[in-house]
Amino acid sequence: MLSAKKARIAAFATAVTVFAATSGSALAQKKYDTGATDTEIKIGNIMPYSGPASAYGVIGKTEEAYFKKINAEGGINGRKIDFISYDDGYSPPKAVEQARKLVESDEVLLIFNPLGTPSNSAIEKYMNAKKVPQLFVATGATKWNDPKDFPWTMGWQPSYQSEAHIYAKYLMKEKPDGKIAVLYQNDDFGKDYLKGLKDGLGAKVSMIVAEESYETSEPSIDDHIVKLKASGADVFINISTPKFAAQAIKKIAELGWTPLHIVSNVSSSVGGVIKPAGYENSQGILSAAYAKDGADPQWDNDPGMKKFFAFLEKYYPDANKIDGSTVYGYGAAQTMVKVLQMCGDDLTRENVMKQAASLKDFAPDTLLPGVKINTSATDFAPIEQLQMMRFKGEKWDLFGDIISDEPGN
Amino acid sequence: MSAVQDAVTKNPTIDVVSENALTFGVDSQDVAIGIPAIDAVPKRAMTLGYGSSLVMLALLLLVPLFVKNFIIFQLTMLLIYGLAVLALNILTGGSGQFSLGQSAFYAVGAYTSAILMEHAGVNYALTLPVAGIICFGFGFLFGQPALRLSGVYLALATFALATAMPQLLKLNFFEPWTGGVQGLVVTKPDAPFGLPMSQDMWLYYFTLVVTVAIYIFSVNLLKSRSGRAFMAIRDNEIAASAMGIDVALYKTLAFGVSAGITGVAGGLGAIAVQFVAPDSYTITLAIQLFLGMVVGGVGWLPGSIVGSAFIIFVPNIAESVSKGLSGAVFGVLLFLVIFLMPHGARQVAMICQQLVGKLRKN
Repeated sequence: MLSAKKARIAAFATAVTVFAATSGSALAQKKYDTGATDTEIKIGNIMPYSGPASAYGVIGKTEEAYFKKINAEGGINGRKIDFISYDDGYSPPKAVEQARKLVESDEVLLIFNPLGTPSNSAIEKYMNAKKVPQLFVATGATKWNDPKDFPWTMGWQPSYQSEAHIYAKYLMKEKPDGKIAVLYQNDDFGKDYLKGLKDGLGAKVSMIVAEESYETSEPSIDDHIVKLKASGADVFINISTPKFAAQAIKKIAELGWTPLHIVSNVSSSVGGVIKPAGYENSQGILSAAYAKDGADPQWDNDPGMKKFFAFLEKYYPDANKIDGSTVYGYGAAQTMVKVLQMCGDDLTRENVMKQAASLKDFAPDTLLPGVKINTSATDFAPIEQLQMMRFKGEKWDLFGDIISDEPGN
Repeated sequence: MSAVQDAVTKNPTIDVVSENALTFGVDSQDVAIGIPAIDAVPKRAMTLGYGSSLVMLALLLLVPLFVKNFIIFQLTMLLIYGLAVLALNILTGGSGQFSLGQSAFYAVGAYTSAILMEHAGVNYALTLPVAGIICFGFGFLFGQPALRLSGVYLALATFALATAMPQLLKLNFFEPWTGGVQGLVVTKPDAPFGLPMSQDMWLYYFTLVVTVAIYIFSVNLLKSRSGRAFMAIRDNEIAASAMGIDVALYKTLAFGVSAGITGVAGGLGAIAVQFVAPDSYTITLAIQLFLGMVVGGVGWLPGSIVGSAFIIFVPNIAESVSKGLSGAVFGVLLFLVIFLMPHGARQVAMICQQLVGKLRKN
């Protein structure tokens, strides 16, 4: 008797819950801001298709192809994505013009994944004044995680500082008595990194015994390496862009110096850095990654990467699958689609930001297993996990756990 | 002017055209028929007649009232780049010196305004004359060594200046003021006296006033004694010095004036874009300005605005044709313009003038 009563109550409770849930969604008003309708969602984007950074244009093309795939599969909650991507030639004034064109003339719902630190800095104030989401910007600068001052701007990839924190953690654990020499590029990228490294070392910042900076205009950085070696350091942190990273690896081998060598993720490309520097010179170098490498055969049977390769074949056949930019664009576009799916029928700009800030353990196909996207109202840094890797033979071997740089860890 | 001269001498049939074409607007009567057109070139060919000027001004005044803020912003940029092209036009069209370094002066002007506004709290309008004066000094000083160079060599020296500028702006030494690679964010001014207009519209009219003032100044400068000296140097340096013109002084002066106007344009640009960073002022900008001058017509001041429209809008058109090949499409369009109208917008103006003349006769 008692159990029957219990069952009845349970059934009733379930019915109420189900009713509440269904009626809730049935009665929910469809809410739209400029750029979204019953049939369409307009997304803007700014990429350097021309100019000095035009190699990154592949990211925009991959994203366009990905949205084409989503549309072919029926769109998001029945709405097709209209992806409008403009060229800014990596010039900040042009980026401002294009952002204004997207917001005021094309009337997009949001601007997604605009590329470059200078271009994003130039439009940040405008986007926040207009209250239009500037979502998942394609730059590693740390300043995009500032929800208090810029609640309409959010990053995507791990920031340079996050990566540097992870190296600091590794060093403090594995080589607590190490003497660190740092080579960094004298620009926003290099300085952001260096700050991250110092913050990460905290009280043990005295581990750094030598710092050298170079200008991108220098033809060779050999002198800096010689000086750093003379400091007697046994750890070398190489915060440089691909060309210089390769030079440094070569020079170190030439000098017969054998420090624990860490290169930044920016310069971890096998084709772009390691191969030109020579495999034999690169054995044992450390770095960190958050995404899978399209050129690495260990992912050939990975379900996520299989999906990615199938996508490239069907929607972007001229793409170069070993170009990291395709992996990047795919992951970013997938995150965007996820956020729009979460928005449901409430496609207001405010809700887009709210949903973008409520991603929980989301794992795009192209990220390393275990790397998950998490955001909150106070955490606007979607990817904060990386895994250390060591160069062995002709490829990177991942090792250790996924290391997280979430606040509080 | 040699281009027009050539055209006239090579092709006697366009004699009438050039006579009409070179004297726009209401005062066409005062050119005596029969005097060779070449004589009229220097003074009048550089400007627009009163009638056409007023129509143009009315258009510039009225259009913003009917368009979206974004278009107003583009029009503001049109005026700003127009000013920069005008400055180059004075230098090249007026005094016959080449410069591929205008982006450097533009950058100095932009940074002067931005730094004064953001660090010293100076009113935006007051920063412009300062930017102009600093750039005038900078241009005048740069003009000194440049005196020893001419033609392609001068173009190369200025090219070096343009390539060096973004890196100079990144120097650690200046970082407390310039913000280094991160650049500086500039606050956009509101309309004063509680005027009921948007920031964009206010900035547009403010820019328009500055542009018109500088345009009138430039036209008068070229009509003045100094202007005639510039042109004498352009046409024949030896003859000019034989006439008693201080060639060195006027050449550096032309550099200074050009740099000063470019600096004001740079300051306005910083306020309109609300951001300055070294990457905004690369050699690409200098080449764009040079392009604008050629497309607008070398030595024809009103063409500056046409040239400016070309460098702002044609890349967008090219991009809408093909994203991957936007550079190539732009190249083709540019080639067509240069091939079909080697004298740029001035040539179009000539043809229009000819048509109007024909209609009147009928």
